[in-house]
Amino acid sequence: MRTLFKQTALAAMIGLSTPALASLAYVSNEKDNTLSIIDTETQEVVETIDVGQRPRGILLSKDYTKLYICASDDDTVQVFDLATRKIVDTLPSGEDPEQFSLHPNNKHLYIANEDDAIVTVVDVETKEVLAQIDVGIEPEGMAVSPDGKWAVNTSETTSMLHWINTETFEIEKNIVVGQRPRHVEFSKDSKIAWASAEIGGTVHIIDVDNLEQVHEMSFKVPGVSPDRVQPVGIELTSDGKYAFVALGPSNHVAVVDAQSYEVLDYLLVGSRVWQLDLDKDEKHLYTTNGVSGDVSVIDVEDLKVIKSIKVGRYPWGVVIDPTS
Amino acid sequence: MTLSIRQTLMTAVTRCTLIGALATATPAFALDIRIGYLQFVPDQGPVLSNVIPEPEDAGLRGTELALADNNTSGKFLGQNYLLETRVTDSEETALAAFTELQDAGIDLIITRIPGQTLRKVVESADDKTLLFNAGARDNALRTASCHANLLHTIPSHAMLTDALGQWLKQRRWQELFLITGPTPEDKAWAEAFRRTSKRFGLDIVEDKPWTFDADLRRTASKELPLFTQGDDYDAVVVADVRGDFGEYVPFNTWLPRPVVGTQGMTPVAWHRVVESWGAAQLQNRFRELSGRNMNSEDYAAWAAVRAIGTAVTAISEGDAPAIRDFLFSDKFDLAGFKGRKLTFRDWNGQLRQPIPLVHPRGLVAQAPFEGFLHPESEMDTLGYDKPESKCRINN
Repeated sequence: MRTLFKQTALAAMIGLSTPALASLAYVSNEKDNTLSIIDTETQEVVETIDVGQRPRGILLSKDYTKLYICASDDDTVQVFDLATRKIVDTLPSGEDPEQFSLHPNNKHLYIANEDDAIVTVVDVETKEVLAQIDVGIEPEGMAVSPDGKWAVNTSETTSMLHWINTETFEIEKNIVVGQRPRHVEFSKDSKIAWASAEIGGTVHIIDVDNLEQVHEMSFKVPGVSPDRVQPVGIELTSDGKYAFVALGPSNHVAVVDAQSYEVLDYLLVGSRVWQLDLDKDEKHLYTTNGVSGDVSVIDVEDLKVIKSIKVGRYPWGVVIDPTS
Repeated sequence: MTLSIRQTLMTAVTRCTLIGALATATPAFALDIRIGYLQFVPDQGPVLSNVIPEPEDAGLRGTELALADNNTSGKFLGQNYLLETRVTDSEETALAAFTELQDAGIDLIITRIPGQTLRKVVESADDKTLLFNAGARDNALRTASCHANLLHTIPSHAMLTDALGQWLKQRRWQELFLITGPTPEDKAWAEAFRRTSKRFGLDIVEDKPWTFDADLRRTASKELPLFTQGDDYDAVVVADVRGDFGEYVPFNTWLPRPVVGTQGMTPVAWHRVVESWGAAQLQNRFRELSGRNMNSEDYAAWAAVRAIGTAVTAISEGDAPAIRDFLFSDKFDLAGFKGRKLTFRDWNGQLRQPIPLVHPRGLVAQAPFEGFLHPESEMDTLGYDKPESKCRINN
């Protein structure tokens, strides 16, 4: 009897403490001007928060206390405090910020200003604009290498990767890739950059030491017309095993062997899948599906889609806080 | 310096064409690409219902925007795009302006001129000149009178009516009341729709020409209900290209039925309400440049100049024949903000493209629709497909 009580009490305690321990996923809903917060334990939306207009790119500060939100139609970056779940500040961002990336120094935020063909660099502490760099038409994807050396911007209509030196804020190299490059993802060791080209239907593998393309991938999803296969978001597992590529209106995520660049599988998710993020122990991958207005959850070990979670209209970005 | 950039480019290009071509950060301009724009829009005559006038610079502003887009890319690659514009007011002056452009050595030319003028332009063009039709929707230019150096970025009447027909079919609104205006353009549009109705198994239960010449602002509500009397129909289809009476048809039909065609819900190449697939950015750029909304002619001209830019980026050449070769190769795809990669049909030079169906303040749908199948490209369910066209401009 006593043992039973103890066990029940323990279970109750675990039950109570779970919500606080659960890792949270944040999803920006482009057409709802909201942020959906998903508890990754229960895989349910726990809160929906009003944010600025047309929220798209979102990212976490390196100390995981803040979420930065590109409120594109408000021409600002909002600072969302994770503890209080309130917008606490805004940053100057230049016009129409879409995607951005934070330097490992946790200070320099690189913002792609889609309407202005520039990249704005803002110091998030002083709110000072450190530089504005001319890039191609419709700058979109933004990534800073984990070693902090390079900031890469993709310009969609110019179809280039612009390599910005983070010390000088100057472009050192332009690499032409497939039509409408959307996203860049660096390997953990900063040696390889993966860049997706939405209309080209390709993913380009760039050797960062030499700034040269070493491989180009394309995709064939069975039963889907090739012009619907449009690579956008890319996520890499930290063990170097897999790359996941969101293939837009083909409604599939490609599973790629990150060493051989071979496509291992295509997983059916919601409609028009754009961005994706791994949870803290990399057991689950979350994808935003714009047209179906939901988030698909993929089991990384089994490579199976296990759940879809309804969020707001046109979910755009997803990030998961590994510490919460 | 210049030479070494060119060499770098050339080597990269020979190695793997578009992909992997490298450029230094800020090269000096090494390559000038000259593009001509030729416009002649015949006077439409007085129209009754089109209270909101169409912009006179449609096409030109699209050209200018694409030129700016190309130059932004070009500055990283040492390519500089220049535009020569000729806006004319008669066929005669248009033909003279075309000769002028040719004499000035410009062999990449965007045209917004009527089909019959375009035929004359094609006849007087030299072998090298590459023409992009951004104005004439005539089916015949895609089915019989094709030319190897004539590309079309504006959709044909058949593409537009097929988009509408697919939509009516999937809504199962199959019994249709067709009203055709008196101009040759109206008749051509209606003829295209009749073909569409056969193609998709629609039924035109009434096919009436518009013969009234009264001022409908006074009497539309009285005349149109009587005109549209008939046995049951699912929708009224209007063929009134210049907007003479068509805007008065919606809400004035005998039966409470939707109006589609050239008024009401219309199939278009482009419209302000298209915003998906990054289109919002194109719309913003256009409005900033021109202070108005982008329309179908602007889009067609924009697509033509961007096609040139896409080719030049890839091949680092501004030569018209080389550009033409690239545009028909499997390496070309145009990012046209319609959710698909756009390519040229190799038999008649038509740019394949999805067709938005819009009403003045909203997007209804975008063709092609699911279920309309094609072995090559679903977009080829719109307009004259290869077996239906006599043209074979690439062999």
